[in-house]
Amino acid sequence: MSVPHKLVEVRDLKMHFPIRGGLLQRVVGAVKAVDGVSFDIYQGETLGLVGESGCGKSTCGRALLRLYEVTGGSILIEGKDIAEVNAEELRQMRPTMQMVFQDPQASLNPRMSVANIIAEPLDEHMKLSKSERQARIAELMDQVGLNRDFANRYPHEFSGGQRQRIGIARALALNPKFIVCDEPIAALDVSIQAQVVNLLEDLQDRLGLTYLFISHDLSMVRHIATRVAVMYLGKIVELAPRAALYSTPQHPYTQALLSAVPDPDPAIAANRHRQILTGDVPSPANPPKGCNFNTRCPKVMEICRQKDPEFREVSPGCFAACHLLNDDQNNKPGRVT
Amino acid sequence: MLTFTIRRLILSVPTLLFIALVIFLLLELAPGDPMAQVPMTVPPEVKEKMRLALGLGEPGHIRFWKWLVQFFWIEPLNLFDHYFGTTFAEGKLRVISWQTRSPVMDIVVQRLPQTLWVVGMAYIVGVLIALPIGIYSAYRQYSLFDQAGTFVSMIGYSVPPFFSGVLLIVIFSVQLGWFPSIYDTTHVVNDWASFKVQLRQMIMPVMVLALQTTAQISRYMRASMLDNLNQDYVRTARSKGMSEMVVVMVHVLRNSMIPVVTVIALGVPSIFGGAIITEQVFKVNGIGQLLITAIQANDLPMVQTLTFIFAILIVVFNLIADILYGVLDPRIRYD
Repeated sequence: MSVPHKLVEVRDLKMHFPIRGGLLQRVVGAVKAVDGVSFDIYQGETLGLVGESGCGKSTCGRALLRLYEVTGGSILIEGKDIAEVNAEELRQMRPTMQMVFQDPQASLNPRMSVANIIAEPLDEHMKLSKSERQARIAELMDQVGLNRDFANRYPHEFSGGQRQRIGIARALALNPKFIVCDEPIAALDVSIQAQVVNLLEDLQDRLGLTYLFISHDLSMVRHIATRVAVMYLGKIVELAPRAALYSTPQHPYTQALLSAVPDPDPAIAANRHRQILTGDVPSPANPPKGCNFNTRCPKVMEICRQKDPEFREVSPGCFAACHLLNDDQNNKPGRVT
Repeated sequence: MLTFTIRRLILSVPTLLFIALVIFLLLELAPGDPMAQVPMTVPPEVKEKMRLALGLGEPGHIRFWKWLVQFFWIEPLNLFDHYFGTTFAEGKLRVISWQTRSPVMDIVVQRLPQTLWVVGMAYIVGVLIALPIGIYSAYRQYSLFDQAGTFVSMIGYSVPPFFSGVLLIVIFSVQLGWFPSIYDTTHVVNDWASFKVQLRQMIMPVMVLALQTTAQISRYMRASMLDNLNQDYVRTARSKGMSEMVVVMVHVLRNSMIPVVTVIALGVPSIFGGAIITEQVFKVNGIGQLLITAIQANDLPMVQTLTFIFAILIVVFNLIADILYGVLDPRIRYD
């Protein structure tokens, strides 16, 4: 296979939300929801983005499509920096990149029928005749496995899984290349989760889609992702191909996170060494000095409290941000091999 | 929906009968004597005869029944006669005002146009001003415009019309002399010049009333817009690449209008009820003014009938608001 084509290039993306206070409501600080994130997404792959609640996964996904005005950094989608383009250009680019939202109930306009929800982007961005439009709606509904006869129903008349299919059909309407799936399965029960994930995989095979799959469900990400990025407190701590990340996690946070995944085999589960992190996640408004993880890291060293580790390639294709992995720290105890 | 409407209409009959009874009993228990205005020189036995002539000699339940028959049977028959030239109601006693000795409904029909023109126009103007203010205040929450809107709404809520009305008269009639302070109900609009006169005499009462409507409706609109602006489906609409205009005016506004339309519909009966104070201030002889003079004169049939008409309107517009809710919001089904 030739060198894979980079569809999305994110460099030092920052998304800070101002905190206002005082009598005059001045800006007194910032919640650093995403604080300097860099990664690439290759054409046709699925990049999994995992991390605990509040670490900035969803914010990162939304900022990537500029549903927020980003604070800093660049986002190149097909070579165009969408952090810079003006509102009208951005609107023209929307067909390329779409999003599947977490809550399928709240993210569909309750006063629009399914046909209207799916067709609205078509009306906005394409010129279709009435019959073409009708045909496209039916085609999309078939693609996601919804009965065509339901086109004139309203979102509240569907089950959670069906609603998420509507959300996916809507996202597919304009033949996007890149879809951000923001915890698309978190609001669904397990049997439906499998259906939706399989649907996403089928669509990827058929339409050659590229996904950013945001989730806190590690086993689901293991199932669907090509590469996985782990986020902690607004930063990516580790990014590696799926197999490498799950078999040999490099960063202490990734190790702790993976040790929390339950194992279906009771024999293994009984002998499993569960690494429990103590303390809470620090506030993103006031992150600790040095490495963000130093307050909870089981292998914390002196340098971690002073200097923020650089996010670098530790082995081919594997990136991590940890002082333990830096060569000049090799003599320190507790090194991960 | 039809079954729901019919069921609600049937249910409203006992409700209205009960309301009629309560109004009747309240008036019965209230102090006051319809003969109080008769000069002291009239001998007591003559007064007693006058009282009997008004029908006050009969016991309460007979008078209530008579009023019910007059209101629900004889008055509609009269209306029928009026439109089709028949004579079904010939010789039957209608609800008669004790002050004027003419049928109550005739007076109501005379007074209604003034009230509808002034109060109704004020309501329309108030709503038309309130909606854009509410939408924009919510879209630019905490902006200067929003803060100013909040301030003006607070004034609209808290300043009573007997103050704002008189203030306007002092400024625009007395000091500046722009508008007449008294609304002339005999004025006939038949050409452009007379229309301008009508417009000038309407402006002040309309604006005084509109200020209150605007204050209320714009708050509702703003709150409802704010509720919806943060909803996930708005983000979905933006991610579809809809222009900001479409996002706000189609997605957010249409969902926000559901509660606002209900509030607007529920406010309509108050138009027919007139604005008692404002009509007094500007001397508009509409329904509100009719009611207050009837109360002062102890004109019980007039008060009873007017109050009951308001009750009917309130019940009907409550039903209309419920039906509108079902029409506007697909999640609500009445079956």
